[in-house]
Amino acid sequence: MVRHITGGAPFRLGRTIDMLGKLTLSVIPFHSIIVMGAVGGSILAGLIILGLITYYRKWPYLWREWITTCDHKRIGMMYVILALIMLVRGLSDAIMMRLQQAIAAGGSMGYLSPDHFNQVFSAHGSIMIVFMAMPFLVGLMNIVVPPQIGSRDVAFPFMNAVSFWLTAAGAMLVMASLGIGEFSKAGWSGYASLTEKQFSPDTGVDYWIWAFQIAGAGSTLSSVNFLATIFKMRAPGMTFMRMPMFTWTSLFTSVLMVFAFPVLTATLFLLTLDRYLDMHFFSNDLGGNMMMYVNLFWTWGHPEVYIVVLPAFGVFSEVVSTFSGKRLFGYRSMVYATAAITVLSFAVWLHHFFTMGASPPVNIFFGIATMLISIPTGVKIYNWLFTMYRGRIRFTTPTYWTVGFLMTFSIGGMSGVLLASPPANYVVHNSLFVIAHFHNVLIAGTLFGFFAGYSYWFPKATGFTLDEKWGKLAFWCWLSGFYMAFIPLYVLGFMGMPRRMHHFTNAAWHPWLIVAALGTAVIVAGVLCLAVQLVVSIRNREINKDITGDPWDGRTLEWSVSSPPPEYNFAHIPVVNGLDAFTDMKESGAAYAEHERYFDILLPANSASGPLIGLLAFMLGFGMTWYIWWLAIAGALGIIITMIMRMSNDNTERVITANEVGTIERKRHEMISSALNNEQPLRTLL
Amino acid sequence: MNTITAPARPAEAPFHYDSAANREFGFWLYIMSDLILFAVLFATFAVLGRAYAGGPGARQLFSLPYVFAETILLVLSSAVYGIASSGARTNRIFAVMAGLGLAFLLGLGFIFMETKEFYQLIVDGNGPARSAFLSAYFTIVGTHGVHVLLGLIFMAVMIGQVLAKGLTAMVASRLKRLGMFWHFLDIVWIGIFSFVYLIQVI
Repeated sequence: MVRHITGGAPFRLGRTIDMLGKLTLSVIPFHSIIVMGAVGGSILAGLIILGLITYYRKWPYLWREWITTCDHKRIGMMYVILALIMLVRGLSDAIMMRLQQAIAAGGSMGYLSPDHFNQVFSAHGSIMIVFMAMPFLVGLMNIVVPPQIGSRDVAFPFMNAVSFWLTAAGAMLVMASLGIGEFSKAGWSGYASLTEKQFSPDTGVDYWIWAFQIAGAGSTLSSVNFLATIFKMRAPGMTFMRMPMFTWTSLFTSVLMVFAFPVLTATLFLLTLDRYLDMHFFSNDLGGNMMMYVNLFWTWGHPEVYIVVLPAFGVFSEVVSTFSGKRLFGYRSMVYATAAITVLSFAVWLHHFFTMGASPPVNIFFGIATMLISIPTGVKIYNWLFTMYRGRIRFTTPTYWTVGFLMTFSIGGMSGVLLASPPANYVVHNSLFVIAHFHNVLIAGTLFGFFAGYSYWFPKATGFTLDEKWGKLAFWCWLSGFYMAFIPLYVLGFMGMPRRMHHFTNAAWHPWLIVAALGTAVIVAGVLCLAVQLVVSIRNREINKDITGDPWDGRTLEWSVSSPPPEYNFAHIPVVNGLDAFTDMKESGAAYAEHERYFDILLPANSASGPLIGLLAFMLGFGMTWYIWWLAIAGALGIIITMIMRMSNDNTERVITANEVGTIERKRHEMISSALNNEQPLRTLL
Repeated sequence: MNTITAPARPAEAPFHYDSAANREFGFWLYIMSDLILFAVLFATFAVLGRAYAGGPGARQLFSLPYVFAETILLVLSSAVYGIASSGARTNRIFAVMAGLGLAFLLGLGFIFMETKEFYQLIVDGNGPARSAFLSAYFTIVGTHGVHVLLGLIFMAVMIGQVLAKGLTAMVASRLKRLGMFWHFLDIVWIGIFSFVYLIQVI
């Protein structure tokens, strides 16, 4: 007995170490003050939030109303919150990069080690695309699309929750890599064979793979969900050519997602097999083909660019039309232009690596296909301009973002046409010119679009409008900060500075990099303005209350319901007679009509399985990253068991009775009529 | 036969959330996206299919009669699933159980044969790490195999559901989607049989 215990102890210790795979205390970067500061800050912020929730006893509320919800509006808001948090994280990485390059001139090595710098730029790209832009656009789609098409929810509310929690699990993995081990040092695109085990033996690439894989699965599910929603759940009378433009762009984005994301899944899967099972897809020995990785990656990666920008185009279309008080100019051409971009976006991936060494005919094909995209995009620009032309433009914050977009995006688009020419591309390939170009289209296109949508639909989601003064200040900071930070990069690109440089000796580059760093500071001021705007707006929420649900004199159906909408969105499903359905209703007097009878409404019931699947997916990803096999297997099995349980549950809906609906609706009508009687301005003319 | 006792449906509502039609449409979309995943694996195999890296090639490794037997098992499994489908439509619970049971056993036989084939290859030193060709081969066939395995789990769950709940509307809808999945895997296998085995060996 005694011998058994003494003999067992070292064995058990050995097992404990095995149990944690590659995970030991030494992987936590205690030596790096910067990293530990970031980790400490993140943990402290998390603890403060958790403490506040506990102090105010909000856990039951949070669990009931948010964590287990299947309501598309709540899920949408959680997506946007996640996107804003990850925006701050990605921005921190940007600040660190700009600071490093502003310092590391001449003989200086700057303040970041090369290893750390590589992680920072890899994390920046990964986070901004997959954990900022994607959640932001899916969040907006969630908040806007169902009410815009006169639906009570998305087609698969539970799957919607699963999508969100998978995205959150992926984001958590990226955050975990901050303090536990390292993140990938191979760039956000993770080119093989640098990402092969032989050249990147540590866990960074594995973090990157599993974070992308889990969030990507969520995105694929989202796309299926929104395709089914838009195809199957439109209100009676809403034919395709009566769909609001944002719904159209959401549809095309979903088409792109459903085609592109499986390619990412497969590509990362092959890379995983290379790394974990010593296979030879992208290795440079035993027959592997590393250019295949680059081709496959950009087969997803280029459509991904349009996935994040098309919904932004949809936002601008809604904003321009609403704030010009006009129907969107060239609606049909807008739809066809979006369709053309969708198709073309799958035919241009090779322009990311013209220098691969493909034959001239191949490069010419992809060069011309790339240039062709500027035609439908140009159609869109002119449509927006002609919508504004002779309109009664109201210069609200969303309008500011839109006008800023129109000018800045056109510049970025033109530098894109320049890059589309293979000979010119050879000259600036892998230089800062490319960085300047894609930030010029992604910040001005995607991000400004999301900010426009954020301020445009904020009152719809929360019930009060955002502060205009701080919003406009944020816009000016972002716009001027953007030009300051990125125009120098165009110049530096022409001067021959490659991207992703840790330090450099060319003194001529230095001044431009200092300007770029100052520009980043202005952008940071813009983000601070957005934060202040949020705080000020929440504080003044009673003053800025959106009583009617239609603060901007909106034209589409989401403005016909209260802000925030009741859980069921529409007590009676509206009947649509044309484009701009709500404008029609207001003109014919059918808006705000009271109904005599109300009916029971079926809604998705809450489910804890969504967050549970997110948690299990995190376990799977973390276990795989650190070779903790039991954890990974537990996560995978847990997901399968949860799915089987869910599949066997037939009671996934709950009823809101006619009485409850009637109470909510009558209260809303009282509010509207009292607002009208008191002659409070309806805020329609701002 | 018990039918689903849904709460009183609102007289006016034009749709029912998670209705069977929506679920089927959504499942078609999922199948489409899964096909893209297989398309990538087929493309990969097209690129690496001759990258033997000095190791054995398809002709030395694959036995067409064996793979043909596998194919017969899977195709038969898909065919007998039709018995379950028509049984679900005409409310004959015995036909449903017989169809599901047979399809399950045939699918299991397929998985058994495939596992044996993989095992033999690996034991002979021709595992997926041997060459890019074998990596691509194991991955495309194995991915299909994992799909079949998940389909078998799905099938076992459905056998349990039919026994426990009878052919309710929800169960019938799930049976229909399982059928879509099962036939889809059959079609993918035909592609694998043709492009991975047949063309390589001939």
